[in-house]
Amino acid sequence: MSRTLFPFSAIVGQDEMKLALLMVAVDPAIGGVLVFGDRGTGKSTAVRALAALLPPMRAVVGCRYHCDPASVSTFCDECRERHGAAPMEVEIRPVPVVDLPLSATEDRVVGALDLERALTTGQKVFEPGLLARANRGFLYIDEVNLLEDYLVDLLLDVAATGESVVEREGISVRHPARFVLVGSGNPEEGELRPQLLDRFGLSVEVRTPGDLPTRIEVVRRRDAFERDPARLVAAWEKQDVETRERLLAAQASLGQTIVPDTVLEQAAKLCVALGTDGLRGELTLMRAARALAALEGVPEATTKHLRQAAPSALRHRLRRNPLDESVAAVRVERALAELGLT
Amino acid sequence: MSADHRPELLRHAALLCAVDPGGLGAVLTRATHGGARDWLQFLREALPEGTPWRRLPSQVPDSRLLGGIDLGATLAAGRPIAERGLLAEADGGMLIIPQAERLGAETAARLAAVHDAAEVLLERDGLTHRLPARVGLILLDESATDQEAPPTALLDRLALIIDVDCRIAAEGISPEEIAAARALLPHVEIPDAAIAAICGAAAALGIASLRAPLFALRAARAAAALAGRLQAEAADLELAAALVLAPRATCMPIEQEPAPQPEPEQEPEATSDEQPTQLDSGQLADAILEAALASLPANLLANLAAGNNVQRGVAGRAGQMTRSLRRGRPSGTRAGPLSPGARLNLVATLRAAVPWQALRRHEAAKDTPKILVRRGDFRIQRFKEQMGTTTIFVVDASGSAALGRLAEAKGAVELLLAECYLRRDQVAVIAFRGRVAEVLLPPTGSLVRAKRALAGLPGGGGTPLASALEAATGLALGEQRRGRTPVLLLLTDGRANVARDGQGGRQRAEADALVAGQAFAKLQLPAMLVDTSPRPQPEARRIAEAMRARYLPLPAADSQRLQRAAQSMIER
Repeated sequence: MSRTLFPFSAIVGQDEMKLALLMVAVDPAIGGVLVFGDRGTGKSTAVRALAALLPPMRAVVGCRYHCDPASVSTFCDECRERHGAAPMEVEIRPVPVVDLPLSATEDRVVGALDLERALTTGQKVFEPGLLARANRGFLYIDEVNLLEDYLVDLLLDVAATGESVVEREGISVRHPARFVLVGSGNPEEGELRPQLLDRFGLSVEVRTPGDLPTRIEVVRRRDAFERDPARLVAAWEKQDVETRERLLAAQASLGQTIVPDTVLEQAAKLCVALGTDGLRGELTLMRAARALAALEGVPEATTKHLRQAAPSALRHRLRRNPLDESVAAVRVERALAELGLT
Repeated sequence: MSADHRPELLRHAALLCAVDPGGLGAVLTRATHGGARDWLQFLREALPEGTPWRRLPSQVPDSRLLGGIDLGATLAAGRPIAERGLLAEADGGMLIIPQAERLGAETAARLAAVHDAAEVLLERDGLTHRLPARVGLILLDESATDQEAPPTALLDRLALIIDVDCRIAAEGISPEEIAAARALLPHVEIPDAAIAAICGAAAALGIASLRAPLFALRAARAAAALAGRLQAEAADLELAAALVLAPRATCMPIEQEPAPQPEPEQEPEATSDEQPTQLDSGQLADAILEAALASLPANLLANLAAGNNVQRGVAGRAGQMTRSLRRGRPSGTRAGPLSPGARLNLVATLRAAVPWQALRRHEAAKDTPKILVRRGDFRIQRFKEQMGTTTIFVVDASGSAALGRLAEAKGAVELLLAECYLRRDQVAVIAFRGRVAEVLLPPTGSLVRAKRALAGLPGGGGTPLASALEAATGLALGEQRRGRTPVLLLLTDGRANVARDGQGGRQRAEADALVAGQAFAKLQLPAMLVDTSPRPQPEARRIAEAMRARYLPLPAADSQRLQRAAQSMIER
């Protein structure tokens, strides 16, 4: 369970991917990250490394959904009942980063009756699934483009409402399931369903680094980790601690970070220019710019943040135009330039 | 290493696997030969007594591969008991995967995930388990044609790629030697210069994935451990290059590649320290490259030398099989309502119902039936559907009009793929010019892949129409075997001037093309010949007739019209 994880700071390059993960950690409302790209570029390494980096969270003691004691509106039914009756005990626990394996069956994803208790004591007790475990944290799906359609449907439902509803053996359970969806995959295995693609707030592309010194450094660090994980972790601990503190500060200041009207207007113009469907693009862009400002420790998002957030917030929302040769990111850049936002 | 060294090379490969099975893994190519059986036998004998050795059955269900609930034991014990899958059973040993080229993308992804984590993460049948599964995977690539290859996800994760074209050298090894090497393995050091050298050699051979140099280092460590060395030497790195890097080469190294030097600031002390051996990373890189090149099979070498981008062993199936509730090959079950058309899997439903019987009986009234099945137990049979079409574009890239024709074909491919997602269709492209026809884009549903493969198409030269038709027939047959429906779209002016054997001459070339066309006609597949010459040509019409293809003169064929033409055939 507690395998040593590759340190986040020791990942060579891949800045866009690392930044996107930090952005959603600052503001989960951005809505998840899709990491698509070449094999062996450390996609899953980065996601798992993030788990070790995340500052711990406050949660209600004994709650199976680790409800946030400060947010009554997102309480599960049990916490709501207990609330007010007695003061709630609070514990500090790690933010969950839950793996959803492709082979998972539906009952483990949404939860089902506890088989053990049913067999031993004949009791009907709901046993929460992966979605419950991921509440307030991250749900990670590697090779997300290979996920079974019926599991995708299920995720889409839950992602839309923020809660999971389970009806089994005459019991009915409704519980909060708000999580940041992180998916990774290789586009050569096939495309992602458009509905699912749309649910990801940010989308980043990762490439194998081409220049030799970088490649050597990647191999060197990976090799060092495989030889002696503890040593590499120790060597990078300082940087990881710094990043964690930056995250904490950004989470704390996010509420006060302002996105001025001028930046909102620019965001709207950019989305119109790119023809991104729906409002989600604009919203994501705004939140992403704000998260970037918070990560930088400045009180106000600027055009710079907007520009920095635009490729990952919009590249997967562009209409596919096969006759336009350029990569999505280039189209975003072009639109930025045309609007004078560079 | 020359041809007579190959038996010895095979032996080394098996020994490395025996020393570090979980860390390396192997792909045996051309595994239909008796060489594969000998190699496996040798490996098995080299492994310590009692090492798990499992074989993956074809179409293995998740419950067998990863595990699930053991119903019998659960009912007997009155508490949930997990059944271990093949991967957990093979922990510490080997899992042999025959016919790896037929492995689906889903199974490959499951194997890859377990391989990465060295454990099975089970979230099935109401159970959550983590089971150790450090398994050496041996893929047997038994593909008959170049169009087939094991899934890329796995090729990228297994260190050794071994062409078992000959018998393995018979000289055995004592269990003590393997045990000693295993004990030494964690202590083997690799000098930093060697890391740079391996990375440099991999880059020079055009190997993109960063897993390859990492595996080469692992293999070098195992080689050093076998030789009883505490530090890897040039010989170990050369062996690793021959087994890990060489088979992944996609190009010949460019002459005078500047010797890769490690960045000075990255290693302040490495340069100042006096090195015990010769390890200068530049020289070492050269030696490694040389070893890699020397071990390349002759045909691959010739291909690389000719500047062909060798895709073999890199390409893989895009795995676009779809799940369906109605037709195709059975493929697992899922919980779900009994909607019209869905087929109930009775056994799976009963299995789902069994653990809850005591609970339900406790609640139910008297005189209940023997088995209480509830709606939530229903298990619907799912099938793997392979009914999609593969549109094969065969594009004449010869002559002066080639570039325009290619560009439009490319546009049409991308237009088709852009609409493909819902229908899960695939597209392939064969281009012909000069003396040969070549598969530019193996069947894929991925727009990304198509764009990459079709970027920078060369054009000009003669028109080897007969070869092109043969290549198309071969590809179409392969697609049919995969259960897909091939559709052919040939873009040419029909004026063949290169015969099958690569010789010029208009008459023979046309005769050959007609014969090849008739051979294609035997497949009775939907096909269309788009005549792209400014004025329609009788030659083109004759070829179309031989192929039993529709003939469509389209002098100004643009990508949208081509796409519509293809679409009309797919929908037929």
